[in-house]
Amino acid sequence: MSLEFLLASGIGVVTATGIYLLLRGRTWPVVIGLSLLGYAVNVFIFAMGRLWLDAAPILGGAPRVADPLPQALVLTAIVIGFATTGFVIELALRSRHETGTDHVDGHEPGQRPAAHAGSVQQ
Amino acid sequence: MLYLIILLPLLAGTLLTGWSGTRPDAQGGSRTAWLAATVTAAAFALLLIQAPSVFDGRVLLSHTPWVPEIGLNLGLRLDGLALMFALLITGIGLLIVLYAHNYLGADDPVGKFYSTLMLFMAAMLGIVLSDNLLLLIVFWELTSISSFLLVGYWQHKPEARAGARMALAVTGGGGLAMLGGFVLLGQIAGTYELSELIGQATRIQADPRYPAALVLILLGAFTKSAQFPFHFWLPQAMAAPTPVSAYLHSATMVKAGIFLLMRLTPVIGGSELFMGIVTVAGLLTVTFAAFIALFKHDLKGLLAYSTVSHLGLITCLIGLGSPLAAVAAVFHILNHASFKAALFMSAGIVDHETGTRDMRRLGGLWHAMPWTATLAMTAAAAMAGVPPFNGFLSKEMFLTEAVTFAQAGGWRTLVPVLATVAALCSVAYSLRLVHDTFFNGGPRDLPADAHPHDPPLGMRLPVMLLAAICVIVGVMPALTLEPLVRLASAAMLGTPAPEFHLALWHGLNLPLLLSALALVLGAALYFGLARSGRLHRLSSEDWFGVLTGLHLFTRGVDRLFGMAGRATALLENGSLQRYLAWMVFSTLVVAVAPLLGGAPGTGTRALLPASLVAVVLWALLLVACAWLVLRHHQRFESVVVTGVVGLVTALTFVSLSAPDLALTQLSVEVVSTVLLLMGLALLPRQSPRESSTARRLRDAALALAGGGGVAWLAWVMLTRDHDSIAWYFLNQSAIAGGGTNVVNVILVDFRGYDTFGEITVLGIAAIGVLALMEGMRTRRPPMDAEGRSWTFATQPLMLRVAARMVLPLALVVTIYIFMRGHNLPGGGFIAGLVTAVALVLQYMAMGQTRAETLLHAGSGSRFVRWIGGGLAIAGLTGVGAFLFGRPFLTSAHGHPAVPVLGELPLATAALFDLGVYITVVGATLLTLSTLGSVTRETTAAGEHP
Amino acid sequence: MNALLDAFFGAHLPVLPVLLPLFTAALLLLSGDGGGQASHGGAQLRRARRISLVSAVLGVLLAWRLLAEAAAGTLTVYPLGEWPAPFGIVLVVDRLSAMMLALTWTLAVPVLWYASGGWDAHGRYFHAVFHFQLMGLSGAFVTGDLFNLFVFFEVLLIASYVLLVHGRGRERFKAGVHYVVLNLAASALFLIGLAVVYAVAGTLNMADLALRVAQLAPEQAALFQVGALVLLVVFGLKAAIVPLYLWLPTIYAAAAAPVAALFAIMTKVGVYSIVRVHGVLLGPEAGHAALTAQPWLLPLGLLTLGLGVLGALAAHSLARMAAYLTVASVGTILAGVGLFTPAALSASLYYMVHSTLVMAAMFLLVELVAAQRGDVQDRLQPAAPVAQPLLLGLMTLLAAASVAGLPPLPGFLGKLMILESAALTPAHTWVWAVVLVGGLLTLVGLARAGTILFWNTVPTAHAPAASGGSWRLTSATLGLLGLSLLLAVLASPMKRYTDAAAAQLAERTTYANAVLAAQGGPAAATTRPYRGGEGEVRLPGAKP
Repeated sequence: MSLEFLLASGIGVVTATGIYLLLRGRTWPVVIGLSLLGYAVNVFIFAMGRLWLDAAPILGGAPRVADPLPQALVLTAIVIGFATTGFVIELALRSRHETGTDHVDGHEPGQRPAAHAGSVQQ
Repeated sequence: MLYLIILLPLLAGTLLTGWSGTRPDAQGGSRTAWLAATVTAAAFALLLIQAPSVFDGRVLLSHTPWVPEIGLNLGLRLDGLALMFALLITGIGLLIVLYAHNYLGADDPVGKFYSTLMLFMAAMLGIVLSDNLLLLIVFWELTSISSFLLVGYWQHKPEARAGARMALAVTGGGGLAMLGGFVLLGQIAGTYELSELIGQATRIQADPRYPAALVLILLGAFTKSAQFPFHFWLPQAMAAPTPVSAYLHSATMVKAGIFLLMRLTPVIGGSELFMGIVTVAGLLTVTFAAFIALFKHDLKGLLAYSTVSHLGLITCLIGLGSPLAAVAAVFHILNHASFKAALFMSAGIVDHETGTRDMRRLGGLWHAMPWTATLAMTAAAAMAGVPPFNGFLSKEMFLTEAVTFAQAGGWRTLVPVLATVAALCSVAYSLRLVHDTFFNGGPRDLPADAHPHDPPLGMRLPVMLLAAICVIVGVMPALTLEPLVRLASAAMLGTPAPEFHLALWHGLNLPLLLSALALVLGAALYFGLARSGRLHRLSSEDWFGVLTGLHLFTRGVDRLFGMAGRATALLENGSLQRYLAWMVFSTLVVAVAPLLGGAPGTGTRALLPASLVAVVLWALLLVACAWLVLRHHQRFESVVVTGVVGLVTALTFVSLSAPDLALTQLSVEVVSTVLLLMGLALLPRQSPRESSTARRLRDAALALAGGGGVAWLAWVMLTRDHDSIAWYFLNQSAIAGGGTNVVNVILVDFRGYDTFGEITVLGIAAIGVLALMEGMRTRRPPMDAEGRSWTFATQPLMLRVAARMVLPLALVVTIYIFMRGHNLPGGGFIAGLVTAVALVLQYMAMGQTRAETLLHAGSGSRFVRWIGGGLAIAGLTGVGAFLFGRPFLTSAHGHPAVPVLGELPLATAALFDLGVYITVVGATLLTLSTLGSVTRETTAAGEHP
Repeated sequence: MNALLDAFFGAHLPVLPVLLPLFTAALLLLSGDGGGQASHGGAQLRRARRISLVSAVLGVLLAWRLLAEAAAGTLTVYPLGEWPAPFGIVLVVDRLSAMMLALTWTLAVPVLWYASGGWDAHGRYFHAVFHFQLMGLSGAFVTGDLFNLFVFFEVLLIASYVLLVHGRGRERFKAGVHYVVLNLAASALFLIGLAVVYAVAGTLNMADLALRVAQLAPEQAALFQVGALVLLVVFGLKAAIVPLYLWLPTIYAAAAAPVAALFAIMTKVGVYSIVRVHGVLLGPEAGHAALTAQPWLLPLGLLTLGLGVLGALAAHSLARMAAYLTVASVGTILAGVGLFTPAALSASLYYMVHSTLVMAAMFLLVELVAAQRGDVQDRLQPAAPVAQPLLLGLMTLLAAASVAGLPPLPGFLGKLMILESAALTPAHTWVWAVVLVGGLLTLVGLARAGTILFWNTVPTAHAPAASGGSWRLTSATLGLLGLSLLLAVLASPMKRYTDAAAAQLAERTTYANAVLAAQGGPAAATTRPYRGGEGEVRLPGAKP
């Protein structure tokens, strides 16, 4: 088995898991799903520089170095992902505190949200 | 000069009356009326000043560009047709203003009335004076809006609101259609200027787009002029105050459509199609409406239908298309305006005096109000086409044209027949109007408080004038209106007017017989129907059942709203899962599209062998993911397993030559896990399983497709070599960037701007968390029903010791990581995270309360300051380059010209990194401590002992 | 003085609209907000307002200065860190960017003015976050680098998350969850798209990409298109295009009035990115990848317009109606963009400027009206008459008429431009039908809403509940409305500008030459096959 295959399939599996959790109805799995997507995407970007063994992009060391640009992009992506994860976690908490439920729609399934009630009079 | 005619009412009129009408004083009413009258009179006078030169056959044009790029210009044109209409608009307008002054009640807002009226008048003047079709549209829709406001003037009445909306919808909609037609016309002819369009008729009518343009334009004209089947809005608009009806629905607005047809006759007229549609529509309207009018019990209702009918007459004449028909059309416009306005006003007077307009309740008012009766009878006679009144003349001409038209045979023979029937009906309903209101026994059922008598002169005068016109024009047409009619019809035809002579007596001929017949039969019809009050018991409402335009329209609108409501509720159902599914789905769909032509397969790049470790890690990953899918309801587990995935990611980075990524990933991992655990404490341990199997299958399908797609993309890329700009960084990093760790140099130098934005995001996020959690602590009811409380009331000794030792150690490590960053893995960001972690550990160890005072001081504003400071440092470092005239973020390396900086190679980059470091520490601590303080408060609140 | 400033800042004009709000925000953070105890008249709040407003006004000056330069035809390229494009990040200010900048800042001032009428006291660090938002917007509009566009998307998004929940309250947090989760997922997509673009083209600079993409072999082009279309989804979500618009109504209706007003520009960021990436980068001259989005943009745009109008008809509150009309306006714009002709693009740009301003005014208006209708608020039900029927009625009438596209208001002119430009394209029948019918339905809906709000009043025993709105709120709304109406008067210069902007966008090689000038123009190949960097590495001392 080649590294490339392991990496590609690994990215795929994590992405799939992420999407699946993202589509759940409770905030917690959704948060988890988002961070999984984050991992997958970061590795994906990284992979766009292709794979290199023993080639850390530090000059003067190894004869060959991996493509540094994707790595730099990934770093930025990681940091941004970190920031947003922190935010979304606490948003989920606050929303649950406000609505009394941890359902992503702010109301238990079956209840109709207020915004959709009421009728228009001429 | 021409502009002034429009601007007077548009600005002076609207503003002055609006201002004066809203003054809270006694004379407000009369002053406002006089202002309006003066403005109108001024416009009228201006027109008269222009008149002579127009009569000399000149066409006054004035042209100012507005948006020439799209052919919209302020082009005005005053020719015979425009002059006639403009005089009509201002002349009748003057009378209306006078009349309305006495009509309006004490509690009716005068300012609103007159300013809207002025706006409307300006719009009408604009329509008739426009030389540019787009400008015409502008004024056209302006009349729609202002009539909407005028019809809805008595806003408290539901029927007023409904009528106003309907008028707006129908006429405004027609206007939009007309806009389409005009743009088509403009595309065909390459211009919107009438003066250039006229004369291109043949070219335009040869164009394949001509029929479409024609139909669209006619839609506009017919809706405005209430032609069948769009007539239904006009009777509904009768909810307006009578002066408005008298003005809009007799003399002006409904004539706008007629005007448009006349105006465009030389451009789009003359074709078989034009003649066919317009004649038939007019003929249907004239007959149908005349018949219905007879059965309307409301005075204004009757007048409304009669208006529709007369408009149909004019439309039909335009359709006939012969020069003499044009003359008749022009002539009838003037006559109709005079007698119909007079009748509306009389109806208003009756309504005003008796409090009702229902002919079933009125009657015998002759004794009470002889003046009004006389005037009404005169006008009604003109409407019925009784000699010697002006209505008779134009009706005769209509019949004449109908007869000549019929000589071509075929369906055309129907025209005179229907025309006679219409004439007959109009005799009948005119008769009814007079007889039912002023005679036919005594008052039947007047409101108790009604003491009808003739109105004050101010209210009577306009009617008298109009009635007088009916007579004078009728007796001596040649001396009064003939010149104007000749002028206008010439302008309409675009050719010199035909030879004609307006006179009462044309000798004994077929048309005369026809109208005599109409008179006799009409009278017979009415008295036949009215015998023993049968007419009063009839109602035209229920004859056509659901097939009336009104019914269809209202039901259509209701249907529309219902459908819109259902469709929207169906789509926007407020479910995030649905929206996300849409997003994943559409991504898959659009992304697959370009590959349908054949997707690239595996490339030729040499593959790397997988070590055993790699395979194991991979297997671990699969297990972790499977675990998450199956057991994500177990929240605590899910955090741990997610951590595992993160760990695998980090190891991947290590093994694939990305030490910086690995370091960062790890340190981020630690902090986010702490965050997740803290958050977990505030949530129930498990989330219920609730999604149906179908839903889970759908999601699984989406997930697999998405994952598969990404995996495929990765595979395709990984098996191909790539071109890149990366060579430049290897090339420059050490030389110009002053660092051998290329990734880090890219971060702080080549793409330092990205990092700059990235730490900003971090800072905002932390502040966002603060703003988010603000006030949460003081909230009741308690946060958490079943979750565990996250508190360190009692700190394990070991932890405290560990923390004490860790902190200094961590700080040393931090400095080390920070310094080496530029040449070896590390850098400000990682250093910042390590520091933060150490401090958090501290925070856990020393217990909430002390940590609070130490860290979360001033409800977080300390860390906020750190963030602000960090960003400021990073930013200022970048701006520093300005001093040397270099772009933002130019590192000191960029210019050895500066010796001082040249000697400290890392100066600016490191300073920038320091900003990063401070921001990261501040942001992380702010996030954590905010969350921490929330939980503390809840436990302090006592539900978790 | 002015000359001195010019000497110092003149050369750095493109980056200032990003730095000004950053430093303003940093200053606001450093000066603190009184630990959230900021009461309405708190000294710190008043200082914050002063700083914030002054800075916003400066920003307007900057933006208009840039606009003037762009109008003159100069295409400003600003290499950050003095690294040449495409290796470093460059800022590029062309007519389109300058227009968006000017629009953003011009919108910001009245909105801030409105917010400082009291909203800014309902939460923490409002002004700081607001300026971060402006920083994100400006950064996104001036950057010439695709990845940097992502970074500034994140800046403006995270700021918008915070602003959305500003003022708190149940509805806002609920809406917040939807908005944040959707956008985070979209960010992941953004990165995937970017990665693919880099993997295929090996560069991130838009000008460089424009050149590279034209040379791609069919197979690579297909992969590139995949990436670009993933990006289209991301931008489509921001712009709220079918089927990705469903989140918008609830969220815009839930946001605080000034926030909703500022969000009027957020959808336009999506539109802007679509124009940049799909209108220009993958425009007609993009070789095998040309016109990637053509099968999607026009139909989806028209569909968006239609569904937006239906939503407006179905709305039972003025706020939701305004939100749906925003969707409809986006549909109109994207339909124009989807025609892929300079004329249509120019028309869409004009319409975009107008709709941004008028929708923002609309959202402020909604609150003014709601505040004067007691408990009924802005729901479309009969209620006590508002305290200022004339003022509010007129403002609503003007705004509504312009949205519905009634003359002589700019909405009409914009639609007219779109109709005219569409007339020459094969799709004209569809565009005309949808735009005209959509206009009619909008008219019907707004007429109903207006009559219910201002005419169908139930007499109340007590005097009207609320007094008139504070002059600050009213003046802000009036100002915004006035600005949008000004577009009718200035239609001709505006149109000339957008025409020029569209023409400039069509000139891809000129653009590329200007940006890559430092590289000796597009002739010099910017990318090289990457083979582990052999022969590329240079170390100090070592001979090249």
